[in-house]
Amino acid sequence: MPIVDKAGEVAPPRRQRIPLGLLVPAGLGLLFLTFPLVGLLVRAPWTTLPQRLTEPGVLTALLLSLQCATLATVVCVLFGVPLAWLLARVEFPGRRLVRALVTVPLVLPPVVGGVALLLVFGRRGLLGEWLDTTFGITFPFTTTGVVIAEAFVAMPFLIIAVEGALRGADSRFEEAAATLGAGRWTTFTHVTLPLVAPGVAAGAVLCWARALGEFGATITFAGNYPGTTQTMPLAVYLALETDLDAAIVLSLILLTVSVAILAGLRDRWITSP
Amino acid sequence: MTAEVDAHIVVDRGTFRLDVSLRIEPGQVVALLGPNGAGKTTALRALAGLQPLTAGHITVDGVDLDRPDLRRYVPPERRPIGVVFQDYLLFPHLSALDNVAFGPRRHGVDRRAARDQAADWLARVGLAEHARRKPRQLSGGQAQRVALARALAVHPALLLLDEPLAALDARTRLDTRAELQRHLAEHRGAALLVTHDPLDALVLADRLVIVEDGRVVQEGDAAAITAQPRTDYVARLVGLNLYRGRADGHTVVVGDGFALAAADRLDGDAFVVFRPSAVALHPHRPDGSPRNTWAATVTGVQRHGDNLRIQLSGPITAAADVTPAAAAHLRLSPGQQVWAAVKATETRAYPA
Amino acid sequence: MTSRWIRITLAALTVAGLSACGDDTKTASPQPSVGSASSAATVTGDVTVFAAASLTESFKTIGKDFEAANPGAKVTFNFAGSSALATQINQGAPADVFASAAPANLKTVTDAGGAEGTGTTFVKNQLVIAVPKGNLKGIKTLADLTKPGVKVALCAEQVPCGAAAKKALDTAGVKITPVTLEQDVKAALAKVKLGEVDAALVYRTDAKAAATDVDGIEFPESAGAINDYPIIVLKKAKNPAGAQAFVAYVLSDKGKAVLTSAGFQAP
Repeated sequence: MPIVDKAGEVAPPRRQRIPLGLLVPAGLGLLFLTFPLVGLLVRAPWTTLPQRLTEPGVLTALLLSLQCATLATVVCVLFGVPLAWLLARVEFPGRRLVRALVTVPLVLPPVVGGVALLLVFGRRGLLGEWLDTTFGITFPFTTTGVVIAEAFVAMPFLIIAVEGALRGADSRFEEAAATLGAGRWTTFTHVTLPLVAPGVAAGAVLCWARALGEFGATITFAGNYPGTTQTMPLAVYLALETDLDAAIVLSLILLTVSVAILAGLRDRWITSP
Repeated sequence: MTAEVDAHIVVDRGTFRLDVSLRIEPGQVVALLGPNGAGKTTALRALAGLQPLTAGHITVDGVDLDRPDLRRYVPPERRPIGVVFQDYLLFPHLSALDNVAFGPRRHGVDRRAARDQAADWLARVGLAEHARRKPRQLSGGQAQRVALARALAVHPALLLLDEPLAALDARTRLDTRAELQRHLAEHRGAALLVTHDPLDALVLADRLVIVEDGRVVQEGDAAAITAQPRTDYVARLVGLNLYRGRADGHTVVVGDGFALAAADRLDGDAFVVFRPSAVALHPHRPDGSPRNTWAATVTGVQRHGDNLRIQLSGPITAAADVTPAAAAHLRLSPGQQVWAAVKATETRAYPA
Repeated sequence: MTSRWIRITLAALTVAGLSACGDDTKTASPQPSVGSASSAATVTGDVTVFAAASLTESFKTIGKDFEAANPGAKVTFNFAGSSALATQINQGAPADVFASAAPANLKTVTDAGGAEGTGTTFVKNQLVIAVPKGNLKGIKTLADLTKPGVKVALCAEQVPCGAAAKKALDTAGVKITPVTLEQDVKAALAKVKLGEVDAALVYRTDAKAAATDVDGIEFPESAGAINDYPIIVLKKAKNPAGAQAFVAYVLSDKGKAVLTSAGFQAP
C-alpha cells in the first residue's frame, strides 16, 4: 500500500532544484571573494605590463617566495604531521591545552608572531642568544628566518587539516595492521599516512598558500632585503608606497603563479584516490 | 595435553562487565554465540590485544599474552593471532596481493617472498586472478576471502573471526560459509568465531559457547545445545519452546502453577522443551489423553518456511507451527481464541 | 638581566601594538599653552585630518588644544604612512586636511587633483643614527656604520625615511649594506629596540620618543637630507573653514611649541 501512495510523489529522477536560501548567499559569497580579484584585473596597467614583468627585482622576489613557501611547507609537514597524529591518536594529559596552543599562530596577528619569534630566535632571544654565541647562528635577516616565520604562521593550517583527516579516518585499519604484526611506526607509515594522504595534501596546500602570502611575521622577524628576505608580499607592500601600478602587477604575478601551481598539483595528487 | 588457548577474559567497562572463560584446542573451532551487546566482540578484541583485560588471563601455547595480576601484556603486533574483521578492514590503498603480503612483510619475510606467499594464499581462496585489484573493486564475498587469506598468511596460532559472514547477502553467504568451513578445517591452530547467527555457529564450529550479558550461559557441541537449551535466547536460536519449573515425576509445574506432563521422569528444578511443530491448535477443547491442553490467544502470525508460526499467549507463552491450510481453516488472526495441545511424548524434560 | 628582558618585551609589545593598529593611545607630550592664540572667530563641526604616522603624538596633543580653543569643533585623525594616506585620499577617503611626511606624497594627491599647490611646510625632520641604549658598538659617525659586524637597518627607499637616508648617505659618499630595508621608520626603530640591529637611520622625533631604549646620534650629513612636512587643505574638504582653522592652528606658535618639543625642527 505505502508503495502505491509514494509512487505518485516520487517522479522519475530529475534535477533537484537548488534552494534559493542556499543559492543566493552562495552567489554573494562567490562575488565577495572574486570581486577584489576583478578589481586588480581591471586596474592592471596592461600596456606597460611586459616591461614591468621583466624588472630585475620581480623574478628574484617571486623565486624567493616560491622557495621559502615550499621549504616552510616541508618543515610544517615534517613536524606538523607527527604533531597532528599525537593530537588525534594519543590520549595524554593536557591534550586540549596543546590543541589550543597549536592554533595560537592563527589568532595571533602575524606582526605579533614576528615579534614573538624575535624574542625567541632573535639575537637577544631566549634561544637566539645562545645559538649566536655558541654556534654563530642567527636567523633574523636571513632566508632561513623567512622560512621560520612562514612555517610558524602556516603550520596550524596543516595541523588542523591533518588532525581532522586522522579523526575522520577509521582507526580500526590501524588495529587491523597491529593484528598483522605492524608496530605503531610501521602502521603510521604504511597504513595511517596513505589513508590520510588526501588530508595531508590538502593541509600542505593550505599551508603553502598561507606561507606564500605571509607578510607580517616575515617582515617583522626576517626583515626585508631584496634577494635574501624580500618575498613577493613584501615587495607588493613596498611598491604600494610609491607605485600602485607596480603593486598591482606584483600581486597579479603572485596570484597567477600560485593559482597555476595549485591547479597543477590538484590534478596530480589532490583528487587522486 | 595443554590447551592451545586458555583464557579467562574479564573486562570492566563501566556498567558492563564481561567475564568469560574459554578453552580452545589446536585445530578446534569454537563459536562465541550471543545476542548483540553480549560482549562477544569485546572478548575477541581482548584476545587480539586490542582491549586490555581488567582481570583474568589469556594464554596461548603456554605463553601469557595478557595477565593484569602479573602486569604482563603483549601488544597485538606481537601476538600469534590473525583476525578477520566484521567488515574486513582491507587496506584501501593496497591491492589484494599487498593486503595479504602485509602480514608476512611485518613478520620479517622479504618483499618478494611475501608476495609469493600472498599469491599462494590468494590462489587457495580462489582469487589468484584478482591479486592486482584494490579492495573497492572486489565484491563482498571476494573481500571476505582476501581478509581470510590475509589473516591466515601470518600462520596464526589463534585465528579470530568477527561475524565473518554478517556483511554478505544470503546467497553469497551460503557459498562463502562452505568455503570458510573448508579453510577452517585445514587450519591447524585454534579458531574462535564470533557470531550472532546460530547457523554459522552450528555449521562452522566444533563447540559453541553462548554468551549473554557478559557471561557464558551454556556451552557444548551443537547436538547438546540444540537438544537442551538453557535460556530463552538459546531456545529461540534453536527454535524450541522452553520452560523452567519444578518437576515431580512426570509433571513439571511451570510459570503460575501450570502443570505440563512430560515423557521424562525427574524431580526438582527442571527445563521442559517441545518443538513448535509439536503444538496442535483446535477451535474447541480437544479430548483424548495423554495431552497437555490449554486455552490460548493468538498474538502473532508469521511465515516460517512453508508453514506459519503462531505466537500464543495464555498460561504459558508458546510458538506453534501450523500449515497454511490449517491456519485458514482455523481463521487464525491476532486476538483469536484457540485451544493448544502437546502430547507428553513430544516434550522433553531435563534438570536445570 | 631580568629587567632588560622585561624592557625588551615591553618595547616589543608596544611596537607590535603600533604596527598592528597603526594607532597609538599614548598621549605623552607636554602641554604647552604659551603664546598668542588666533583667538578670533571659533569654528565648529568635524575636521578629519590624515596625518603621517610620525606626527601621531604631536597631532593628538594639538587636536586636543584645538578642540579646547574651538568648543564646537571635533578633530578626527587617521594616522598612517604618508603614501598609504595619499592612496586612501586618491581613492576617495573623506579627509579635510592632509599632513604628509614628505612633499612627494602630497604631490601624488595634488597630481590627482585632490588639492592645489604644494601646501605649507610646517616642520622639518632630520635623521639621526639610532643605536641601542648604551651604544655598545661605539658608533659615532655615519662611517662607523660601514664597519664589519655592524648590522644596520634602513627604511626602504619607497618610504620617506628611506628616501632621506639614501640622500644623506649619497651626500656623505658612504656606502652601507643594510641587513634589512624596513617598511617604515617605527619598524626600523623596533629592530634597534630589540637589539636585532646595531644601528638604524631614523627621524630624530622617533629616536626621541623611544629615548628609554634608544640613543640618538646626530650626524652632520643629515643636514643634506632634511625632510619637509607639508600640510594642505583638500579640495573635497567637507568642512573647509574647520580645515583652514586647523592648519592655521598647527602653524601657530602653540602648534609649533608642541611639535618642537617632540623633536621636530621649525621650517
